[in-house]
Amino acid sequence: MAVTNKPPVTGAGPFNGVLTWFDQRFPLMVLWRTQLTEYYAPKNFNVWYFFGSLAALVLVIQIVSGIFLTMNYKPSAEHAFASVEYIMRDVPGGWIIRYIHSTGASAFFIVVYLHMARGLMYGSYRKPRELTWIFGVLIYLCLMAEAFFGYLLPWGQMSFWGAQVIINLFATIPIIGEDLSVWIRGDYNVSDATLNRFFALHVIAIPMALLGLVAAHLMALHETGSNNPDGIEIYENLDPKTGTPVDGIPFHPYYTVKDLVGVAVFLIVFCAIVFFSPEVGGYFLEYNNFIPADPLTTPTHIAPVWYFTPFYAMLRAIPSFFNMQVWGVIVMGAAVMIFFAMPWLDRGRTKSIRYRGPIYSAFFAVFVVTFVILGYLGVEPTNVWGEFPKGIPMVGGDYIATWVARALTAVYFAFFLLMPWYTARDKEKPVPQRLT
Amino acid sequence: MTAIVLDQVDEKKRRFLIVATSAASAVAAGGVAVPFLGSWFPSARALAAGAPVEVDVSKIESGQQITVEWRGKPVWVMRRTPEMLAQLEKNDALLADPQSGSSKQPDYVKGAARSIKPEVFVAVGVCTHLGCSPTLKKEVGAASDMGTDWPGGYYCPCHNSRFDLAARVFKGSPAPTNLEIPPHRYLSDARIIVGEDQKG
Repeated sequence: MAVTNKPPVTGAGPFNGVLTWFDQRFPLMVLWRTQLTEYYAPKNFNVWYFFGSLAALVLVIQIVSGIFLTMNYKPSAEHAFASVEYIMRDVPGGWIIRYIHSTGASAFFIVVYLHMARGLMYGSYRKPRELTWIFGVLIYLCLMAEAFFGYLLPWGQMSFWGAQVIINLFATIPIIGEDLSVWIRGDYNVSDATLNRFFALHVIAIPMALLGLVAAHLMALHETGSNNPDGIEIYENLDPKTGTPVDGIPFHPYYTVKDLVGVAVFLIVFCAIVFFSPEVGGYFLEYNNFIPADPLTTPTHIAPVWYFTPFYAMLRAIPSFFNMQVWGVIVMGAAVMIFFAMPWLDRGRTKSIRYRGPIYSAFFAVFVVTFVILGYLGVEPTNVWGEFPKGIPMVGGDYIATWVARALTAVYFAFFLLMPWYTARDKEKPVPQRLT
Repeated sequence: MTAIVLDQVDEKKRRFLIVATSAASAVAAGGVAVPFLGSWFPSARALAAGAPVEVDVSKIESGQQITVEWRGKPVWVMRRTPEMLAQLEKNDALLADPQSGSSKQPDYVKGAARSIKPEVFVAVGVCTHLGCSPTLKKEVGAASDMGTDWPGGYYCPCHNSRFDLAARVFKGSPAPTNLEIPPHRYLSDARIIVGEDQKG
């Protein structure tokens, strides 16, 4: 075998010997070079490029804090709520571990939403990076599942009724829905059985899937190389002498060091929240969740945590037709799933928003604003903006916010479904040869 | 030992064996999945806990409602006043399903009151929209906080579904059907059992 043929490792001082021993038994130096020191990334990464590595950091934070939470948490309907309070009050350092985990959940979504926005802006989902994008959307789906399962575990009022509402989404499916929801719960109602299986999914099943998908996401990324704010392929312009991209710099040490600056800034904000305002006014930890779950009393206002609210606003806005209420569920599901189709919906000739025409830029801006307003509406009760005066045809007496949410749902889908049409017609600017 | 001669490999046979092995493995994997997926159905203990419950209805004052737990869900038992029953007859035009034709209820509860004895009303207090438990708003008009033309009923705080005092859904609510009436029967004048059907 190749063992003895490999040259010894040099340049690591006293570690040369031990690294050589490893390298002859494991593709150590090959991985180091191909994935880090000789993996060329575009030299013009801007602030948007921090969020990928920050997502990886939050994943590690969640796994480590989560492992330590399981050491004192009890996944049973009888003990769950009390065990969380026990962690908060009696376990040494328990409160900070729990606040790190709860803040980490929201931080994960903030970072991932910004990371996705980056991908949309610079066309990172376009050929040849479709698979990187698809793995990313799968990660996003896993993240939503992980957040949903984890939210039941403290067994507060919002845990209980949030799970109740979401599981009942499946009960709206015609014919099999009722049995399906019983199967998911393991009981006729959200109960001990539901809590116990959600715990298993939250701490084992989904995190394992998540890690596998992150690996696939990175492998696909490193196969094609990173996109950049100009949306130009750096591997199409190689230095004839070295054969490396003229507009590329090695990921290590340049971007590892740059990402560390991002990590430092992120941790300052993160720690400030953990120490000074872990509830963030009820947005990161909802106040109703400090009341133990009561299956017989629904809180007066139910809203999911902020990261689900754009989709929740759509769900709530869609009325039932033909005695079936599955439509809202279909719309909500489609709103998430449609991200998978992005690489094929976009017919633009340029990738980056820098060289796109005014139509795409306008659509994208409207889409971002729509997403934010839907998120706001999903947090608030439907009567937040009052009712239309009675007597107006069609909408008289209905809640204004409901109709706004309906209109914005249409705008949300228009961004995607009209994309093949408007991206092909947009007046795009010429793309430079080199990075700017 | 005979050497393998590559140009004599029977490709057709090899392909058949690969397909046959894959198909058999897929069937086996499907079979193994059965007990795992089956373990998600309610356990014997959960099924036993879903047993019928007895309720003493003689202690409920006219106009009052109690909530009992059946299968972990709230079940309302309400003794309605004659005024409430009279109002139910007037609600039809406002309702999405006044005859409860597409709603879940046993055959032996009929009409506007949706109950065996008109005054004693039994319903599963779980919204047919997404499973929240509506709140009783029995006052009529402005006193109810539900608007001046409110005829009395139930209000779901989650998504604003509105029901009358027979748990029939008002038009324009997200809930698609009236609330479910559970199977129940009278053991005596004073006691009912929820979860068992009336015979005959």
